[in-house]
Amino acid sequence: MLPAGNLRSLEKNLALRARYRKERFMMALVGLGTGLAFLILLLVLAYALSQGAGALNLDFFLKDMRPPGETGGGLRQAIVGTLIVDGLGLLIALPFGLAAGILLAEYPDHPVNPYLRLLSDTLNGMPAILFGLLAFILIVKPMGGFSGLSGAFALGFLMIPILARSTEGVLALVPKEIREAGLALGLPRWRVILSLVLPTARAGLITGVLLAFARAAGEAAPLLFTAFGSPLLELNPLKPMDTLPLRLFAFAISPYEDWHRQAWAAGLVLFGLITLTSLLARWASRRRF
Amino acid sequence: MKRLYTHSGDRIFAWALLLLALGVVVLALLMAYELYQGGSLALKRFGLLGFALGREWDPVIQKSFGAWPYILGTVIVSLSALLLSFFPALAAAIFAAEYAPRWLAQVINFLLDLMAAVPSVVYGLWGIFVLAPWIRDQVQLPLYMWAAEHAPWLVPILGVPTGYGLMTAVLILASMIVPYTAALARDAIALVPKEHREAAYALGATRWEVMRMAILPLARGGIIAGAFLALARAVGETMAVTMVIGNSHKLPYTLFGGAATMPSVIANEFTEAVEDLHLSALIAVGFLLFWVSMAVNFAAAYVLRRQERLVKGVL
Repeated sequence: MLPAGNLRSLEKNLALRARYRKERFMMALVGLGTGLAFLILLLVLAYALSQGAGALNLDFFLKDMRPPGETGGGLRQAIVGTLIVDGLGLLIALPFGLAAGILLAEYPDHPVNPYLRLLSDTLNGMPAILFGLLAFILIVKPMGGFSGLSGAFALGFLMIPILARSTEGVLALVPKEIREAGLALGLPRWRVILSLVLPTARAGLITGVLLAFARAAGEAAPLLFTAFGSPLLELNPLKPMDTLPLRLFAFAISPYEDWHRQAWAAGLVLFGLITLTSLLARWASRRRF
Repeated sequence: MKRLYTHSGDRIFAWALLLLALGVVVLALLMAYELYQGGSLALKRFGLLGFALGREWDPVIQKSFGAWPYILGTVIVSLSALLLSFFPALAAAIFAAEYAPRWLAQVINFLLDLMAAVPSVVYGLWGIFVLAPWIRDQVQLPLYMWAAEHAPWLVPILGVPTGYGLMTAVLILASMIVPYTAALARDAIALVPKEHREAAYALGATRWEVMRMAILPLARGGIIAGAFLALARAVGETMAVTMVIGNSHKLPYTLFGGAATMPSVIANEFTEAVEDLHLSALIAVGFLLFWVSMAVNFAAAYVLRRQERLVKGVL
């Protein structure tokens, strides 16, 4: 009796031990996988910080780039260009993106919504370079040359679906009671949306806008054959303009040591700009919801 | 539902909204149409199939254009990157959603956001100056030397160890698409009802068994959708890939040697294309790229929608 019972519990123990072993093994794998997932990101960040910080100085922000072979200078023209092209792009995208988001959230039964949602999602996942091709065909070709404006359109196209989905998401968080209160007071629906729903969701809307801006600020692909790049400060959006990602790319594939140094600095500034915008976005949304 | 009253302002507002919102639809249609129009010169010359399957891409001498090397390159690079990144991304999602203490989960979520926000050119910059030389000297050269001595049949598969090629591009791309799989998988895991976990734990299941039997089956749709989204990103990723892939469309591709993808050839040659046919061929590549990412994105949307219904059914 006793040995048989012991044997059975031994068997049970063995099975249990195998299960525990598997448990430990899988947990180790999960930990290992998590580490691997972030390995390259952390390496990239560490390099960008160490290389970029060494190359960064005040000149970088205050001076335009120097011709190849000469050292020194900065990337003022690219920083200013990034802000102008990206800002113009945002202006182009805002009315369309916001309207689509409001329609999706405030008119849930509207017959176009399923298509609108599907197409927004699809455009969201479209390769950015295709927006550049579209802007090239629609604007660069008819205008007869590269321009900051065409770059703004490329980035604007890119931002429309992002804005649409983020706006929809934010408006969905606004309590129903706010709308009901407005309607009960006899306000027409458009007043309810413009004067009650949108102001309530303001912080979230700002977050969405900032994130769209950050996403577009890092894009080089749609600008290769629209904004094109320029070695000098250019404030006229009808002329080719420089942006940080474009300049970084040009410097990275160039053979000049000093340009490589500046490419790292550009990477760090670009990364700083994007992180700052994202942090600002997080901060804006944290206060309200 | 019958309206109690209609306000003329409401009608105008709704129409204005609709008009602007249709911009999204117009944008998608315009893209399909303009890319087709722009590429029609090449598409008509070689035929859609002839263009897609043509192996020759010679803008200089023969002026013959076939996109097959780029399609093949895109498929190889994006699928390998997905394969390589899928399990680490899933592990990160599982860890963040289930096991990590709150602060660590927040760190992981922050890193995922950050990863999606790091510009592709910055990854490319690191790839050019750090990863590619390192891989060439520490991985490819030793492997190549070893193969040359002990397994000569491996040499044509490995190719020339330049550092700039398929292998480096896949590694960088795999790292870049982690957040897309991970974020969706994490959300899908978090959506699984608590009762499922509790029931499994109450039966004496270990943590892994709970994950395997009670959580992952229900979260499967979200995880697959995340993989599709990551694939869509991988297919369209341009700058980082262009910077490290070596930009060679010489078939057959080798593990170490240069390759090219659909976005990379557009980025590389577009500003240098002077002839109409060359330009048109590049736009036609964009047209093919459009449909490829359309298909992948639709697949993601479809899987995600089914998943939403499944989880709602369980609740």
